[in-house]
Amino acid sequence: MAELPAAVTEAAALLRARRTSAVELARAAIDLARRDPWNAWLAVSEAEALAQAKAADERIARGDAPPLCGVPWACKDIIGTKGVETTAGSRILDGYIPPYSATAVERLDREGAVMIGKTNLDEFAMGSSNENSAFGAVRNPWDRSRVPGGSSGGSAVAVAAGQALFSLGTDTGGSIRQPAALSGIAGMKPTYGRVSRYGVIAFASSLDQVGPFARSVRDIALVCQALFGHDPCDATTMPLPPEDLLRDLDRGVRGMRLGVPKEYFVKGIEPGVEKAVRDAIRELEGQGALIEEVSLPSTDFALGVYYLIQPAEASANLARYDGVRYGLRVEGADLLDTYRRTRGAGFGAEVKRRMILGTYALSTGYYDAYYVKAQKVRTLIKAEFESVFERVDALITPTSPTVAFRIGAKADDPLAMYLNDVFTLPANIAGLPGISIPCGLSEGLPVGLQVIAGYWQEATMLRVANAYERATAHHRLRPPQQKAA
Amino acid sequence: MSEIDPKVVRYVADLARIALTDDEVERFTGQLAVVLDAVGKLREVDTAAIPPTASVLPLENVMREDEVRPSLALEDAMRNASAREGDLFRVQTVIEERPTGG
Repeated sequence: MAELPAAVTEAAALLRARRTSAVELARAAIDLARRDPWNAWLAVSEAEALAQAKAADERIARGDAPPLCGVPWACKDIIGTKGVETTAGSRILDGYIPPYSATAVERLDREGAVMIGKTNLDEFAMGSSNENSAFGAVRNPWDRSRVPGGSSGGSAVAVAAGQALFSLGTDTGGSIRQPAALSGIAGMKPTYGRVSRYGVIAFASSLDQVGPFARSVRDIALVCQALFGHDPCDATTMPLPPEDLLRDLDRGVRGMRLGVPKEYFVKGIEPGVEKAVRDAIRELEGQGALIEEVSLPSTDFALGVYYLIQPAEASANLARYDGVRYGLRVEGADLLDTYRRTRGAGFGAEVKRRMILGTYALSTGYYDAYYVKAQKVRTLIKAEFESVFERVDALITPTSPTVAFRIGAKADDPLAMYLNDVFTLPANIAGLPGISIPCGLSEGLPVGLQVIAGYWQEATMLRVANAYERATAHHRLRPPQQKAA
Repeated sequence: MSEIDPKVVRYVADLARIALTDDEVERFTGQLAVVLDAVGKLREVDTAAIPPTASVLPLENVMREDEVRPSLALEDAMRNASAREGDLFRVQTVIEERPTGG
């Protein structure tokens, strides 16, 4: 069976040298996705992929192809794809065929990238383990008894297992960075407002952001180059001039000021994770970065802010699933009963819990005590980050307090599950960009290093991440079970 | 002590238009009590002088021209409906018809 090249940059070079073709790469990826042993894929769109690949080969032959042209990629199944079923991992959308594609997908289409299919996820992106999918848990290629992280677990595994060269996920509280960390690859959440959310099934609208997974920081930069930009269809995208994200990638960290927030090295962090992250900080210091301990005192309140704002926004967004215009309908005695039965049968347990929590936080008598209170503490968290970024160029933290845990270990304990995201969700609350890159193994499982930068400072963030990646070999490690499968 | 009990869970689920089984009500009551207890930590923060943040973006009132532009074809918009009648989504009766001749 044919293997895919190791990176987007490598595939692009092979395509230009005519040592492979887009059709050949697409066929290999389709074959790998079809025989996927990790339950990472929900759909393989073979006909569409081969048509895109054929068009990509023609473009490459003409000699004017952009870097992603002909490169096979995987799309989280919460991002709408015209003509290709989009389920959000939920029974309530079973069979839903979007009449239009998300702007993010259209931008990749325009580049000539070849979408192989749709990947598994926690239902409506609600989860940190991918166990909440209506279509079954995704398994971690490093150890199939463990979770790959979530909610974009399928997109993370598709790249980690070499079935696609990059993928798209969405990150509301860590749903790109955390599975990237647990699956041993790079995953990036851009600044809120960088990437259009148009056509992406809404979860928590003030927090959601689309971003890429890939095997290298350079690949991440290439995909971001295509994704970033203002979209008239999404009023929350910032109208900013285009930027060259590759220009400063290799400039290194000498003289840069990197902050290490002390609140990210406290309770709950596994010793092996802390060691790998501390070693990474020493590596950056060795390269000439100025390391400074900083404080973000309200970090401890981020979980509370997140678990009020996010379910509140979700309960409003998911009110649209009423069984009338699309998806599942379970007929009841009257229309109201139909709504209740449809939503009772269509939503899984975690979605129901968050709908109840969010509705509660927004209900009369609790609105000020919970929802408005959370928005006020959000102001504090944002202000603390802004003040820290007056002094440092980027922050270095662990991505997740633990390595991949066993399937089922936290399934009945929502709070334990929510704590997986303590280091990632503050960036969503503030709207800042964050990236997770591999920084070694602990007990044979991948550890993620998180770099957070100031608003619109993705270029700086990628430069730091790339400086670390260039000096280490962690990103080249492959899951041991990948071959055995 | 928790403000959440099965009655509250049933009431809020009803507001959210979600039918729950008795088993779900029992399970969610316990789980939501733990989560509410954790988020209740926010009470420790003095926010008397802090304004709320709804969006982190420095944008307000994004305006555009109100122009007529092409939209989704009717068939495309209707294709996913579970029940339709001509060009309409079919739902159950909400308002009873007034008796004729009255």
